[in-house]
Amino acid sequence: MNTSVLKKIWRPFLAILLFIGLWEVATRLFSIEEWLLPAPSDIVMEARSVIPTFLPHLQSTVTLSVSGFLIGTTVGLGVATILHLMPRVRETFFPFIIISQNMPIIVLAPLLVIWFGFNALPKLIIITLACFFPIAVSALGGFTQTNRELVHYMKMMGANKAQLFWKLELPHAVPSIFSGLKIAGTYSVMAAVVSEWLGAQKGIGVFMTLAASSYRTSRVFVAIIVAMIISLAFYGLILLLEKFFIRWQQKGENN
Amino acid sequence: MLELRHVSKSFGQKQVLQEISLHVSNGEFVSVIGPSGSGKSTMFSLIGGLLEPDAGEIYLSGENITNKRGFISYMPQQASLFPWRTIMENVLVGQELQGKKDYERAEAMLERAGLGDVIHAYPHELSGGMKQRVAFIRALLSPQSLMLLDEPFSALDEFTRTDMQKWLLSIWEDDEQSILFITHNIDEALFLSDKIIILSVNPAEIKEVIEVPFKRPRDEELLLSEEFLQWKRRIMEVIQF
Repeated sequence: MNTSVLKKIWRPFLAILLFIGLWEVATRLFSIEEWLLPAPSDIVMEARSVIPTFLPHLQSTVTLSVSGFLIGTTVGLGVATILHLMPRVRETFFPFIIISQNMPIIVLAPLLVIWFGFNALPKLIIITLACFFPIAVSALGGFTQTNRELVHYMKMMGANKAQLFWKLELPHAVPSIFSGLKIAGTYSVMAAVVSEWLGAQKGIGVFMTLAASSYRTSRVFVAIIVAMIISLAFYGLILLLEKFFIRWQQKGENN
Repeated sequence: MLELRHVSKSFGQKQVLQEISLHVSNGEFVSVIGPSGSGKSTMFSLIGGLLEPDAGEIYLSGENITNKRGFISYMPQQASLFPWRTIMENVLVGQELQGKKDYERAEAMLERAGLGDVIHAYPHELSGGMKQRVAFIRALLSPQSLMLLDEPFSALDEFTRTDMQKWLLSIWEDDEQSILFITHNIDEALFLSDKIIILSVNPAEIKEVIEVPFKRPRDEELLLSEEFLQWKRRIMEVIQF
């Protein structure tokens, strides 16, 4: 198990190291100014000194994105369930939902602030908007792709609509739901940072704008890297949950 | 137990079943044979209540169950087990839909069926034959007293199939539920049933009903006996004319 993970991981790991090395060498070789493009070593130094003051920002963003993600997941699953169980509603509103996704969030953000002020609500709305769609689409896909033979079996056995949904369609959709969750998890961090640009007391987005406006580029990079790490951690967490929830399938693939 | 009275069904212009009347008594094993496309599965969907007949009624123990669901237990052609459920959880599905789950009875039944070792396994860990066994036990454990078996062994290879037929008889002869069994295999029908209903095609009508005279319990030797072959010949003649 461990050796196989190592075998899989060493190539991309080496590539990242190589990239960082090249970056370091390039900034030194061409003596690029730190405010323009800081060397990786500068970023590390900056990170060390700034981390204590950075922690509250980090905490705020994590809380924001987790709450937004949870709301987005609930809304996404709810929307998918309604659209699935009510075909008429699906026909009527599905195009509308797709159109809603073609609206750039950044454009919507100032409007939400006008309507709801500088509190948490517009931020949560932005994250929810970013998160619910991949979940709704993947869940809906999972529901509709339910194995015909299993559906036939359930109907022959006299299952009602609720039983069909809870005992068959929902568990059947779990793998697809997880692929939506993975996308939504990474979106949620991005959306949280963007929403913080709008105005907040704390958060990685706030930290980033402050650093950028004073040309402390190393700090901007620290913020970017931390945001990436949070995003990855989310992804990893969801992956673990997925492994736990669909272990029946995992085993099958390995055999 | 089960009674179909002059049941007819057509899809659009095409008549699939015409005036089907049949009867399954308590504890009886009845097979329906006929060429593919003879509307056997339509007949099951009608009995299961998924479709409404154009004419005729369906009765179960005196109650009119035409176009009503939940009165029969079903074993499909493909095992159709739920991949996320263990074998134990799978065989309890039928009970779950109707109400109470009886773990002890399920466990005892799985043990007796030779599935004791895989109670906590997932379906993908089982072979095709084993999955069909689980599907049969699932049908047997469902609270309904009539089982519909829709060509349950047609996807299995010949060796596994004969094993499965013997196994099915051994389990069922202890339990004595009523079974309505669809097949297109004459040997299978003769070996398993008390009564064979032969259907014609386009539209399906009942050509003949044959009472199978073989005593139970039956074993493999029956398959090669002179008597068995004579009956087989007789059925083939009915099908051809």
